[in-house]
Amino acid sequence: MSKFSKTVIAVATAVVCGAAGAAKYEGIGRPATPAEVKAWDIDVRPDFVGLPPGRGTPEQGEAIWLQKCAMCHGDFAESNEVFTPLVGGTTQEDIKTGRVKALVTGSVPQRTTIMKVPTVSTLWDYIHRAMPWTSPKSLQSDEVYALVAYLLNLAEIIPYDYELNQETIKEVQNRMPNRNGMTWDHGMWPWGPGVKAGGIGNGGKPDVQGSDCMKNCKKEVVIGSNLPEYAWDAHGNLKEQNRVFGPVRGKEISEAAKEEAQTAAGRQQSMLDLAKQKGCTACHGVDKAIVGPAYRDVAAKYAGKADAVDYLAQKIKNGGAGVWGNVPMPPHPSLTEEELRSLAQWIASGAKVD
Amino acid sequence: MEETLRRRMGLIRKAPENFLSPEEIDAIKQGRRDFIRKAFATATALAASGPVINAYGETVDPGKGDPNILNLPEWSTTLGMPVATRGYGLPSKYEAGLIRRQSPGLTQTAAASVSFTPLQGTFGIITASGLHFERHHQGWHEIDPTRHRFMINGLVKTPMVFTMDDLLRLPSVSRIHFIECGANTGMEWANVAVPTVQYTHGMISCSEFTGVRLIDLLEMCGADLKKGRYLLAEGADGSSMTRTIPMELVESGEVLVAYGMNGEMIRPENGYPLRLVVPGVQGVSWVKWLRRVEVGDKPYGTKDEAVHYIDLMPDGTHRQYSSLQEVKSVITTPSGGQILLDKGFYNITGLAWSGRGKIVRVDVSTDGGINWRQARLEQPVLPKALTRFNIDWVWDGKPAILQSRAVDETGHIQPTYGQLRKVRGTRSIYHNNAIQSWLVNENGEVSNVQVL
Repeated sequence: MSKFSKTVIAVATAVVCGAAGAAKYEGIGRPATPAEVKAWDIDVRPDFVGLPPGRGTPEQGEAIWLQKCAMCHGDFAESNEVFTPLVGGTTQEDIKTGRVKALVTGSVPQRTTIMKVPTVSTLWDYIHRAMPWTSPKSLQSDEVYALVAYLLNLAEIIPYDYELNQETIKEVQNRMPNRNGMTWDHGMWPWGPGVKAGGIGNGGKPDVQGSDCMKNCKKEVVIGSNLPEYAWDAHGNLKEQNRVFGPVRGKEISEAAKEEAQTAAGRQQSMLDLAKQKGCTACHGVDKAIVGPAYRDVAAKYAGKADAVDYLAQKIKNGGAGVWGNVPMPPHPSLTEEELRSLAQWIASGAKVD
Repeated sequence: MEETLRRRMGLIRKAPENFLSPEEIDAIKQGRRDFIRKAFATATALAASGPVINAYGETVDPGKGDPNILNLPEWSTTLGMPVATRGYGLPSKYEAGLIRRQSPGLTQTAAASVSFTPLQGTFGIITASGLHFERHHQGWHEIDPTRHRFMINGLVKTPMVFTMDDLLRLPSVSRIHFIECGANTGMEWANVAVPTVQYTHGMISCSEFTGVRLIDLLEMCGADLKKGRYLLAEGADGSSMTRTIPMELVESGEVLVAYGMNGEMIRPENGYPLRLVVPGVQGVSWVKWLRRVEVGDKPYGTKDEAVHYIDLMPDGTHRQYSSLQEVKSVITTPSGGQILLDKGFYNITGLAWSGRGKIVRVDVSTDGGINWRQARLEQPVLPKALTRFNIDWVWDGKPAILQSRAVDETGHIQPTYGQLRKVRGTRSIYHNNAIQSWLVNENGEVSNVQVL
């Protein structure tokens, strides 16, 4: 570029895109508009770069939570039904020290989100980009502040009337129970300056090294663990997961489990499989409500109604809201008429799986 | 000669101990020899004269020969199907058992779950695209490629937008790399939990990826590579999955914005039409349905690097940004849930890999790690790709414990469970690269065990 004058470079930068590489690949790509960048650049960093203004209290958050979140996470974010619990396992002492003691003692077997997450920005960023489960990115900034505030209140990090906003969230960071619980000093980020120089990792030095001994390496073989008997049967008939020819065959598992596997195979074309394949079971259980109602509950509600099948087929196709709470069911335009009717028929007749 | 012929044509599992249950074998070990006489009598009666049953359940008269040779099968005597009967080819119907499968109970919703590659039946180093393992955080979509956009912003002179047209016009490279989920073998940290290699190690696949080097795209935007030492990669799915990527790897030219996989477009479950390829790094960083890359000066602390994909150590701290997949290997045949048909020759085969580079050696033990022999590495041996190893083995019918141990070009040697747990405990979930052990018992049945 040295043979061009500064002016020429300036023009080129303005017209094309600003760098040497762009000229090399003429006609490829275009500058993003500010509105486009704003629409997609939604990440919020631990130092709160990217955090939009807004405000919310736990009280406001609770109302949104019960409407949009509780069906998966439980009223108090403690549910283990669909996802692992979000809140629980932290103490006032943890808030002081920034280290969750239960992680050291192992006294809480199932680690909750609040036990792990060191940075409050992570909660804001993730809820904003990915929640609610079936309609991600639908929450406004104030709603996200309120929901984060509700979770923080459940974990007793902030009081119920606390206003979380762009400023107060920085104070909250200093109360996160596991804020000092992360280490970057390990061998699995071998790149850059390393943790001692302000980066991540120890330069790539492994913490565990095996042995290259070839002969008489030990006196005896110590078996620490065998496959428990129940675990043989938990993954279907292994015979059917291997070829029927070759050096080996798969193990035929117990009669009971074999029957179950056969039944499962027989169900391959069943309605439940169709429901799974079409993603319905992400929100509906056969007899358990997930995000949406259980199929058996739907069947009970419309039992005896002559137009139940037509009604349900239409509901599946176009979506709806209000009948089972305020979480909307999205439309499903990709289902064929035949699929719609057979799913509706199956649901209306009690969602039998055998 | 005649007896050999009978034996080879007939059901090969003839050794009397193969008719015995483990309890009966124990009885024999305790000196109750009557069991073995009875078993011998049965076996001899079956084999003495007349037709035999072969390994496929067919009746064969050894005096005449194999009916599959003597009576021509229908595929030799009828007209076959025309070209393009299947516009897109499918595996034989006899391969229907080798499919991606879920591990029951691992997750509660199938939209945020895993399906495992059937390693027990795959060959070579390339994973068939339809068998590539899946991990979705909020379900998968069929993205319309004409409506897909890729944006670069952050510490760049000009934020830019690329269409798929743009990306496919640019110079492309094709590279073979493994992709392994950081949680592969995660169910086995504390104890044996699952029966087969599909579930112990099936969150790994290896493909040829084709795409544009990310560094070329960053240079087009005038990225500030001095300040911008971290990248955020973001997906276009509901979860808009995000991960922090080291700029050093991007500058090395290894990180690709890929659209091709094994000669065709990437499959929807694997990120169609665009995914990030980050060689040697755990799968979660290979962001699928890639919509955006942001150049930044600090790591991002995203959900999948602040709540998940963090490794719990015995002192209660979590290792954050643990990204590299360390040296690891597994024997795929014989492996858990399989049964050896008879004593005699077997080709022990398996896969080895390292996120640090090439595999230089794999050792195999058949006695639980007391003695080791060096396996053959099959070509090609590529950096940050699966490497296939093979070694000859004659099974003498006695119990055996099969293990493999890989060494990479940096000299990193795969550890035992004992060595690994001594440093990292049993609660880490992620990055379990311990030596896998398969116990072969007297009746040829292979089961998952852990040798310390």
